[in-house]
Amino acid sequence: MVWDAATLDMLKQGIWETLLMTFVSSFLAYVIGIPLGIILVVTDADGIKPFPVLQKILGLIINLLRSVPFMILLIMMIPVTRAIVGTTLGAKAVIPPLVAAAAPYIARMVESSFKEVDAGVIEAAQSMGATTWQIIWKVLLPEAKPSLLVGAAISITTVLGYSAMAGFVGGGGLGAIAINYGYYRYETDMMFVTVIILVVIVQIIQETWMKLSKVSDKRIR
Amino acid sequence: MEQGKPIIQLKNLGKQFKTTNGTVTALDDINLEIYPGEIFGIIGLSGAGKSTLVRCINYLETPTSGSVIFEGVSLAGQSQGVIRKARRNMGMIFQQFNLLAQRNVLQNVCFPMELVGTPKKEAKKRAQELLAMVGLEDRMKAYPAQLSGGQKQRVAIARAMATNPKVLLCDEATSALDPNTTKQILELLKQINREMGVTVIVITHEMAVIEAICDRVAIIDQSHIAESGSVSEIFSNPKTPIGRQLILGDAARQVALGKDRQLRIIFDGRESSEPVISNLVLACKTPVNIMYAETRDVGGKAMGQMLLQIPEDETEARRVINYLKTMKVTFEEVR
Repeated sequence: MVWDAATLDMLKQGIWETLLMTFVSSFLAYVIGIPLGIILVVTDADGIKPFPVLQKILGLIINLLRSVPFMILLIMMIPVTRAIVGTTLGAKAVIPPLVAAAAPYIARMVESSFKEVDAGVIEAAQSMGATTWQIIWKVLLPEAKPSLLVGAAISITTVLGYSAMAGFVGGGGLGAIAINYGYYRYETDMMFVTVIILVVIVQIIQETWMKLSKVSDKRIR
Repeated sequence: MEQGKPIIQLKNLGKQFKTTNGTVTALDDINLEIYPGEIFGIIGLSGAGKSTLVRCINYLETPTSGSVIFEGVSLAGQSQGVIRKARRNMGMIFQQFNLLAQRNVLQNVCFPMELVGTPKKEAKKRAQELLAMVGLEDRMKAYPAQLSGGQKQRVAIARAMATNPKVLLCDEATSALDPNTTKQILELLKQINREMGVTVIVITHEMAVIEAICDRVAIIDQSHIAESGSVSEIFSNPKTPIGRQLILGDAARQVALGKDRQLRIIFDGRESSEPVISNLVLACKTPVNIMYAETRDVGGKAMGQMLLQIPEDETEARRVINYLKTMKVTFEEVR
């Protein structure tokens, strides 16, 4: 491995693509996962608007999606990816399968955060005549915020890990560099460099979100 | 205490829960009338059904039979909208306070007003007034985690009063507080009842709470109302075993200590100023032994009871009993 401008540019491009895949996919997965998590909690048999049949079916679909290995999902999603992005190669093409893998995972994370909200507080809101929507917006979401942020640290780093796997099927980012140079060309030093960069990114994401959670939590002072 | 029409009426109210072990009856044939402006107590041991009862009043639990009539309108079979409106007329406070942990004191009190769309400025002003009333005007920016139990309950009371409810439901509101704080919170409830004319319904397992603030009381036992009436009436003469257990408490246990003939004398306020026992000893010329005695302040009246060991000699004992009868002292023989 030679430390020339071309290598540095390639690494910079890899970092950018990894961050793009991770954050865009995480964001889209949250857009889908939060409503699903809310539906799971609210329609639970002990929820504020019980609808156990819907809850059970939704839970089953989520479990099904979660049990498909990510590599398989990547291949299964190829037609969908082509329809949405127009190509199955590069960083952008990894986003649809990443969203499909992360959304059900995030739905479960969100569900567990909402379940931590004190049932007494929800009961108090009901006793004041709050509607289901008001309880979701004004009680569940704000009260679960610190826990949701902790969950986000875990979810985003998981998505980052998945994005690296996509290098095997022609996806972009640091994962692709590690595989193409480190694995196929036996350039072990290049592999180490990309892995170290990934470790640093994970560390930064984890710390930032934990800090956000702590700062937003009014329970500990 | 009865002033015209009841504000809340419970008619043949029943509640059953379906569990994996079959159906459990939490409430059965409950009939109560609560009048505007009174402080009504509901007392019972844990598991008697009192928490379910208070949740049926504002339909947090839907009764399985009978009806709740609030201001002349039955809540049975009403739409969620009507029930929500009724709930806004019934504030509620809880044993665990149930404040929103991520909102400060002021935002907590504004919360119910937010729900009904009160303009922000107006809500803030009202919240500040309420917090001044409960003595927390200097803690408005504090978060619940920074408050003591008593302060949290004060915030909860201010929050419950924010939408000007006609009724305040208190579910074991002082059970998590120490005796001193309990006293202050009960004083506050009394003040709110007096100054704002709010009907207060108090659920508790502590007799001391009932005697401190209630006008009338219902004793609930094994899903039924065992007895109900004015506090002084029930205190001076509990008729049911559960009433006796709750009210006589320690004294009921004292009986086991003595093997001799004993009388329980009940002072209902009238005789507490007279030296009844001294007069009895002088008149009957026989010594009596006081096994147990207590006096408590119930609604400004001194209520008390005393366990007397009376002479074994039959004629002397009869003399004592006759004396008490002629003096119209309430008493009963216990063995």
